Amino acid sequence: MSDTAVSVTGLSKRYRLGAIHAQDASLAGALTRGLRRLGGQRPAASTQSTLWALRDVSFEIKQGEVFGVIGTNGSGKSTLLKILSRVTEPTTGRAVIHGRFCGLLEVGTGFHPELTGRDNVFMSGAILGMKRQEIAQKFDEIVAFAEVEQFIDTPVKHYSSGMYVRLGFSVLAHMDPAILIVDEVLAVGDVRFQKKCMGKMEDVGKHGRTVILVSHDMPAITRLCSRAILLNKGEVVQAGPAHEVVNHYLHAGHIQPSVEWPDPGQAPGNEVVRLRAVRVRTEAGVMTDRFDIRKPIDLEVEFDVVKAGRIFVPVFNLYNDEDVLVFIAHDRDPAWQRTPRPTGRYISTARIPGNLLSEGMMSVSSLMMTETPFRLHVHVPRAIGFRVDDSGDGDSARGDYHGRWPGVVRPLLEWRTRYTPEQGQAV
Amino acid sequence: MESAIAQESSPALVIEPRTGYVQVGWRELWAARELLYFLAWRDLKTRYAQTAIGAGWALMQPLLSTLIFTLVFSYLAKVPSDGLPYPLFAFAAILPWTLFARSLERSTLSVVTEGGLIKKVYFPRLIIPIAATFINLVDFAIGLLILIGMMVWYQFVPQWTFIFLPLFVGVALLTALSVSLWLSALNVKYRDVASVVPLMTQLWMFASPVLYPASLVPESLRWYYGLNPMAGVIEGFRWALLGKTAPDWTMVGVSLLVVALLLIGGVMFFRRVERTFADLI
Repeated sequence: MSDTAVSVTGLSKRYRLGAIHAQDASLAGALTRGLRRLGGQRPAASTQSTLWALRDVSFEIKQGEVFGVIGTNGSGKSTLLKILSRVTEPTTGRAVIHGRFCGLLEVGTGFHPELTGRDNVFMSGAILGMKRQEIAQKFDEIVAFAEVEQFIDTPVKHYSSGMYVRLGFSVLAHMDPAILIVDEVLAVGDVRFQKKCMGKMEDVGKHGRTVILVSHDMPAITRLCSRAILLNKGEVVQAGPAHEVVNHYLHAGHIQPSVEWPDPGQAPGNEVVRLRAVRVRTEAGVMTDRFDIRKPIDLEVEFDVVKAGRIFVPVFNLYNDEDVLVFIAHDRDPAWQRTPRPTGRYISTARIPGNLLSEGMMSVSSLMMTETPFRLHVHVPRAIGFRVDDSGDGDSARGDYHGRWPGVVRPLLEWRTRYTPEQGQAV
Repeated sequence: MESAIAQESSPALVIEPRTGYVQVGWRELWAARELLYFLAWRDLKTRYAQTAIGAGWALMQPLLSTLIFTLVFSYLAKVPSDGLPYPLFAFAAILPWTLFARSLERSTLSVVTEGGLIKKVYFPRLIIPIAATFINLVDFAIGLLILIGMMVWYQFVPQWTFIFLPLFVGVALLTALSVSLWLSALNVKYRDVASVVPLMTQLWMFASPVLYPASLVPESLRWYYGLNPMAGVIEGFRWALLGKTAPDWTMVGVSLLVVALLLIGGVMFFRRVERTFADLI
């Protein structure tokens, strides 16, 4: 008997893109095409292209190990999870899993809003493969861990997002699987419950169970996992001790708060202008890769004007972790508007106000241009990166809501209320 | 050590691309029988919890159909009814027909409806159309009570033949399942399958002895008529309950054979394409 819990060899997954035309997705369309083919007409050229969401991924996880999977969005993490939890099939390769296994891609899967918490515990447990008797045995424990005792007979549609997630996680955590997959679970729920989940996970790890943890939360990965892999564009970029992989992820161009070119010969630029450094700092001037969502963020570019006389405009493009362009900012410092710059070193800083960006990873491209005539002199894509966090203290745009919060920006708007008690009474 | 025991007791799970013939996976299906129960229970609970008169609506349609058919076919068109009161004759067919049609429609949609689950967690996918078929037994049971009420009204005493009732109910469900296994899987890829089904069931109804007795069909064509499994089911159901004309057993035999073939093919087809469900939904 080996002590391997999961072994993955050469796992790949290909998705077909562009196949989802309305015409292709209808029976009528398929029949028409079939008839045309019978009639001797050649079908229109297929516009299909393929995407390898996962490519030749191999790794091995030992029994009792807590294993981390990290990578930016679109790196193949979820595809890997989907394959391991048998939701979808690999295109090639194989994975062997020893022991009772529990794969769940989202906490609270199988919950029905109209059913009570009690009913949903049974429902969700059954979907995960638990026997009714087993669920009944652990029921009190599950409810106690989730801290929803008073509401257990209330339909979950009345639950707060926190309660919902807590109950969902609790069912999962009490399944006692030999191998547990957890995806970003710790990113939801309030901070206190996150800690409790972490505790439970550490507990699980100590009991000889194997955990696969997929998360953006690097400190959690470093603290909980012994080993990890880093995925990028579907391939394993690095594998090894968790802290090393996390370091690699944070510093190998994926996310770093500064980049400097001490050697002018190596610096990006041309015969008129050269970049020397790009940095991100707090209001107080401290360089860091983590920012409080409520606090301003200073983007800074240091550059040399080698040839005098041009009106240079430094530009920052900011992208979020889904590669969405959040904004483009051109330097509008009144002191240098329409002003030809003499040679010398410049440091330009753009301040992003607090309570504007969303949570998550941001990356910044640094550009240098002249606007009239338009010319792009330098472009350093993804020069630096940083992360915006919401501590959940209640005074950000989030307030006391801790659930998923999509949106490219998350401004804290100014809200006003006009209240007229005499109106709107029941008739 | 705990996990070491767990490992010994459960064989390693191998995940790799499947090719060619896929086994039914009876063992896995059997192990998931509680999930079948829970899915059905969830549907019932949510359906009847939201609308206290959920059951009322479920009965409205067959009752109204019976009323209209009685007016049109018996009162106006004078269609024969094997010597039975026409409302009884019609309702005894509409009831199993509704069971079949509802099962077929619901089960065809089931895989796409449960897409959220399919994309998030693994369980034997066959459970989904099976649950969506069998759940309709509840509405059927309520309808059966009404039919019994009608029989009392018409002072109709059931004969020993009623012991065959479960057989024909079972065949009706299996027929629905055998067809919906194909359609539910196809519906994942071709979403307009769902819109074809109501049309199909409507045409199918006229090809089954719901409104008229099978005795109207010429003897020489009976064998072909049996190719429609619902023909045997409707006739059989009526006979089991009202015991007038015994069904043509050759016809029933042909029906059973057709269902068996459709079912085996359906399970194989479903198992073959289920691997793409999560990617397509």
